[in-house]
Amino acid sequence: MATLTLENVKKTFGKTEVIHGVDIDVADGEFIVIVGPSGCGKSTLLRMVAGLESVSEGEVRINGARVNEKEPMERDIAMVFQNYALYPHMSVFDNMAYGLKIAKTPKPEIAERVAQAAKMLQLEPYLQRRPRELSGGQRQRVAMGRAIVRKPAVFLFDEPLSNLDAKLRVQMRLEIKQLQRELGVTALYVTHDQVEAMTLADRMIVMNGGRADQIGAPLEVYANPATDFVAGFIGSPPTNFLEASSLGIADGQQSRIGIRPEHMILTARGAGRLDGHVLYTEALGAETLVHVRSSAGDTLTIRQDGAAPTPPEGTDISVAWDETQQMFFDAEGRRS
Amino acid sequence: MTAPQTSPAARRRPPPDGMVERRGRAYWLTHLGLIIGVAFIFFPIWLAFVASTVSQPEIVRPPMPLLPGDQFFANYREALFSGINAPVALMLLNSGIMAIGIAVGKIVISLLSAFAIVYFNFPLRRLFFWLIFLTLMLPVEVRIVPTYEVAANFGMLNSYSGLIFPLIASATATFLFRQFFMTVPDELAEAARVDGAKPMRFFWDILLPMSRTNIAALFVILFIYGWNQYLWPLLITTDPSMNTIVMGIKQMFPSGDDTANWPVIMATSILAMIPPVIVVISMQRLFIRGLVDSEK
Repeated sequence: MATLTLENVKKTFGKTEVIHGVDIDVADGEFIVIVGPSGCGKSTLLRMVAGLESVSEGEVRINGARVNEKEPMERDIAMVFQNYALYPHMSVFDNMAYGLKIAKTPKPEIAERVAQAAKMLQLEPYLQRRPRELSGGQRQRVAMGRAIVRKPAVFLFDEPLSNLDAKLRVQMRLEIKQLQRELGVTALYVTHDQVEAMTLADRMIVMNGGRADQIGAPLEVYANPATDFVAGFIGSPPTNFLEASSLGIADGQQSRIGIRPEHMILTARGAGRLDGHVLYTEALGAETLVHVRSSAGDTLTIRQDGAAPTPPEGTDISVAWDETQQMFFDAEGRRS
Repeated sequence: MTAPQTSPAARRRPPPDGMVERRGRAYWLTHLGLIIGVAFIFFPIWLAFVASTVSQPEIVRPPMPLLPGDQFFANYREALFSGINAPVALMLLNSGIMAIGIAVGKIVISLLSAFAIVYFNFPLRRLFFWLIFLTLMLPVEVRIVPTYEVAANFGMLNSYSGLIFPLIASATATFLFRQFFMTVPDELAEAARVDGAKPMRFFWDILLPMSRTNIAALFVILFIYGWNQYLWPLLITTDPSMNTIVMGIKQMFPSGDDTANWPVIMATSILAMIPPVIVVISMQRLFIRGLVDSEK
C-alpha cells in the first residue's frame, strides 16, 4: 500500500541525457503503464524507481519518503523481469523464498507466504521443480510469485509478457490485472505493446524520446492525444496523418491533421473529401482494413466493419470523414 | 553401435547430411582403426606394467618380457613403503597435497578475481584484466629464478606452501570464469539485488552453484597440471621427504654406473598414473551430471 512520486526525474549517461524530466504522482493501488517504442527510456525510468539505475536529477519518493539513495531492497519494491531472471539452480520454492531468506524471515512464515502465493498463482504442484522444467507461462508465474511473497509497496514490471506467445500473453495479461486488483498494490508496468497498455492501465504514460508526451487514462489518451506521436503510437492501425495545406484548411497554426482509421469511410469517387484508389485490403473477420493511396500520394488506412462490402484492389474511390473527428497538430506535433 | 529399427521406407532414405552411415565394412574398418590406435597408445603403458611385475634380472635379459611376472606384490610393496630415496606412498601424498592445493587455490583465486572484474566497476578495471591476461604469456619457466628467490626469502623451501603458492595464480582460469560470468544474464544479478542479496551473497548463493560444471572441468585440468609439475618441485625441494612423485621418478635413476632398479621404478610410474586417472573418471561423472542438471 503506497504512493509513488516522480519529481522532474532525469537520467544522463555521460553527457547524453536520456530522460528529460518526468513528473507523476501515482496514487495508492493505481496501475500505471509506461508505454513507448524501444529506446524511449521507459525501462530506464522503471529501473530508476527500482534502484537499479541511479537518478541523475530529481527525486523518487515512495510513500512520501525520498528513496534516491536507497538500495532496491530497502525501497520496499519487487520487480518482475522480462526474461523472468529465475535462479536456475534453485527449486520454485527456493526461488520464491530467496528474498525472505535473506531478510531472515522465520522459516514457518516463509513456508506460509510461499504456499499462499503458490496457491494464488496455481503453482502448488510445481514447488519442487527447477525453472527449466516449467513452461514459459509457469516461469512467468514464478517470477510474479517471487514478487508477491515479499509483500512490496510497489510492484514493478519490465515487459513481463514479451517472451510469451500471443495466446498466453492475453491470458497472463488478465491474470496480472486480476492479481493487482486482488492485492490492491501500486504497480508500474513497462511495455512497448499498446494493447497491453490500453487494457491494463488505470493511467498510462506515453514516452517518446525520454519525455512523457502524455499521462492519462487509456481512453482519454486514445480519444484526445496530446501530440502527433501519441496519436500515431496508441491505436492499431495508427492514426492517418494528412498535411493540412493539401486539404486547404491550413491557417498557419495547424500544419497536420490526424484522423483515426475508424472515423473514415469509403464513398464513391468524387463524393468524399479526398480521392484515391484502393491499394490492398486486409480482411480480419470482424473488421476489414482498407489501405488507400490518395491522389496526393498519402497512404491511408480505413477500418470498416467486416460485413461491409469491400472494394476490389485498384478501385477508384473517395474517402470521407466527419469534421468533428479531425485532430489538428502544429508544426512541433502538439495539438492545436 | 547397432542401427536403430526403422521401417523399410525410412531405411531406403539416404542418411542425413553430415552423418556417415555406420554399417557393413565401414563399421568394422572404423573400429579396427580405433583398436589399432588404442593399442598403439596403450602398448608402452602395458610394457611399464609388465616391467613392474618381474624381477630385475628378467628385465635386463633380452628379449624383454611381454607378459606379467610373479613379482607384482613384492615390487609394489618395495616401491610404496621403502622406495629408493623416499617411500612412494609419501611422494604420492606430497603430490596429492600439491595438486589439490594448486587446483583448489587456482579455482578460488580465479573465481574471485573474475567476479571482481565482471561485476564491479572499479577504476582501471580493464587494465587489471589485461595485466592478468598478459601473465598467460609468461610460463613458470620464464620467471622461475625470481620466483625461487622470493620463495626462498619467505622460507618456503621444502614446504607445501612453497610447492603450492607460487603456482596458484591462473590467468587461464580467470579468463574462463570471466567468460562464463559474462554469459550469466544481468537480470539475475539485478533480481538478487532486488531480493536484497549483497555481492558476496550473490556470489555464494547464485554464481557459485551455477559455475559448478565449469569448476569440475577446471578441477580436472588443474589437478593434472599440478600433479605433473616437474621443474618447480625439483628446485624448491631438496629434502627427499618432500619429493613429489613426478620428480621422484627421475630421482630414482642412479647416477654413475649403478644399475637402475627398473621394476621398482616402473611400479612407481604406474602408481603415479593412478590418481590422475581416478580424478578424470570420477570428475567426468560429476561434470556430465552437472551439465544435465543445470541450465543458465
